[in-house]
Amino acid sequence: MRRVITVTVINQSGVLNRVTGLLMKRQFNIESITVGHTEQPNMSKMTFIVHVEDERKIEQLVKQLQKQIDVLKVNDITEKAIVMRELALVKVVSPPHVRSEMNSIIEPFRATVIDSGKNVVTYQVTGSPEKIEAFIDLVKPYGIKELARTGATAFTREIQKINSPQLSILK
Amino acid sequence: MEMTLEPMEQQGIQPMDGSAVLIQGLKDQGVEVIFGYPGGAVLPIYDALYKDPIPHVLARHEQGAIHAAEGYARVSGKTGVVIATSGPGATNLVTGITDAMMDSLPLVVFTGQVASTVIGTDAFQEADIVGITQPITKHNYQVQKVEDLPRIIKEAFHIASTGRRGPVVVDIPKDISTKMFVTAEERNAEVNLPGYQPTTTPNYLQIQKAAEAIAVAKKPLILAGAGVLHGQAMEELKTLVEKNRIPVTNTLLGLGSIEGSHELFLGMAGMHGTYTANMAISECDVLLNIGARFDDRLTGNLNMFAPNAKVIHIDIDPAEIGKNVPTEIPIVADSKEALKALLNQEFEAPDTGEWLTYLNGLTKEAPLWYNLDEHELLPQEAIQMIHRITEGNAIVTTDVGQHQMWAAQYYSLNNPDHWVTSGGLGTMGFGFPAAIGAQIAKPEARVVAIVGDGGFQMTAQELSLLQEMRIPVKVVILNNCALGMVRQWQQTFYDERYSQSLIPVQPDFVKLAEAYDIKGYRVSKKEDAEKIFKEALLSDEPVLIDCRVKMLENVYPMVAPGKGLNEMIGVKRG
Repeated sequence: MRRVITVTVINQSGVLNRVTGLLMKRQFNIESITVGHTEQPNMSKMTFIVHVEDERKIEQLVKQLQKQIDVLKVNDITEKAIVMRELALVKVVSPPHVRSEMNSIIEPFRATVIDSGKNVVTYQVTGSPEKIEAFIDLVKPYGIKELARTGATAFTREIQKINSPQLSILK
Repeated sequence: MEMTLEPMEQQGIQPMDGSAVLIQGLKDQGVEVIFGYPGGAVLPIYDALYKDPIPHVLARHEQGAIHAAEGYARVSGKTGVVIATSGPGATNLVTGITDAMMDSLPLVVFTGQVASTVIGTDAFQEADIVGITQPITKHNYQVQKVEDLPRIIKEAFHIASTGRRGPVVVDIPKDISTKMFVTAEERNAEVNLPGYQPTTTPNYLQIQKAAEAIAVAKKPLILAGAGVLHGQAMEELKTLVEKNRIPVTNTLLGLGSIEGSHELFLGMAGMHGTYTANMAISECDVLLNIGARFDDRLTGNLNMFAPNAKVIHIDIDPAEIGKNVPTEIPIVADSKEALKALLNQEFEAPDTGEWLTYLNGLTKEAPLWYNLDEHELLPQEAIQMIHRITEGNAIVTTDVGQHQMWAAQYYSLNNPDHWVTSGGLGTMGFGFPAAIGAQIAKPEARVVAIVGDGGFQMTAQELSLLQEMRIPVKVVILNNCALGMVRQWQQTFYDERYSQSLIPVQPDFVKLAEAYDIKGYRVSKKEDAEKIFKEALLSDEPVLIDCRVKMLENVYPMVAPGKGLNEMIGVKRG
């Protein structure tokens, strides 16, 4: 199953390496990873998406991450109410005669044109990874010249459903 | 320059360079011995050590230095300190660092690094030791600014010696160790690690649940691991065992946490454990694991491990709980604190009479055994002889393999800090240098390194240390002219195809010892063994005994890989 994990770390050189190295050593495949500063100085936040088949393995992953000296907090927020966003840049073949058709396709996605040339247009689209998938699927037939995605970043919403599931150790 | 230094001197703070700060930092930590090997990148540090000495043990290979530090840490309970140079010096430490990580031994390892100006250019003797050691350390550092050095030293010792202990590497670029360093503020830096707060106090409700589970158990069993030794919880363990009449078994690394002769001790469990201990695990209804990590050499096939048991697991490392074996009652805590809390609970001792009678019956029915040979000395006999002569009071160190298992089976320990073995990593070449470190930690003790002919040759150069320092370690080579455990597995699982495991031509170990000015003995005839062992082991000098033992002897009983603990082979019923 797909898990969304956020990790708050002290911003020191080598921290990202430490965390990804741990995942590699324990054979977790990272689907996406984003890192950036938080509101606090010297602190960064990472968001991982990993595929893990059983619950014990995910519990183990969280505990192993927590063991790292530079890691302040680890949260598996998969089952929580969360906001999750990703940004993608897509360069699509778009000769003048299809431009208006393209515009009507991208509009529901609230994608924006951030660069355009004679035959290509670059769109920026933000949203959940699913929304971005859908967008890419839709423009694919026109011919994608280049695609870059940032990976998802996320945190929990202010208001949570009651009875959010917890790790077995905390029950 | 003088202008800036003056105010510091008024405060009584002398300006120092990074190396002097390091030596001072080690002294502040109470470091009484350093194991190391100099080289280009640590020349300034060794120069500082020349001016302001701390006793230093010059091993003949960095691997020897770090295994000695591990032996020292295991026996003294203090943090072992190692210094090596950059590049090859540092990479030679990798085996020992991993070994310490696997067996939770506290080490602080200082490696030299090329100057910061050339880091990353593949400079002479450069290796990315921080990258290399990341997965095999509890934590590691590269010092980027000399001002950080005092804080990093304090943090390194704090991390290595608290919580679940382990190795910490501090990589120091050469220019950092020569940079001047003056401010008082930085030298007084406090340890502040918000991401590292080990839990030592147990959760009260979980302790209560554990007590309730034990009270109603019909077949309770305690599995005591190295965590009992690290937490110094031997007294509490004994009280719990005796007060409630609960039988107890040990992991390989937990040996010594209760006396080997205790009436409630079932022997070691696991791949080469006793039949009784393994059957007790297979049949118990409550399994109280204290400070063991359910290693696969202990559990055998997990699907068949303790199938009827409610598992209570006390461990200081939360990540160990539930990692391999599902746990009903997890208790994250220091072993001593957890056991104290458990002993404070008022609960009725379970009625274990029938259970103990049954287990005693198993021991009588299927004890450890070997077939005596008319002509050849058996390794098991040799270990029993060492036990007799040293009255079970020697510090025993081993490598990995057959000799290790026989020592675990037949050297019944009286003391908790007298067993030094490479468990998790299973490191050949560990036992001999570890014995040197153990002897340095306890100069009065009798230290016997029981090693195989294969492992000994991996670190034999450290004989030079016995010679130089007259360290009275007794090296006993159980020489079967083979990599014994490899050969045993090839015999059992590969139809006797002994691929590269037999070493019929050996060096003359007695002459080798003599080359280092150490008395060498050879036991080649069974009838001479006792006399030679007595003379050698009771001597005050370093000695080496090349003990020729039966070549094709196997370690039994055994749980074959993939099998359950209840499926032991090589069990002989009397």
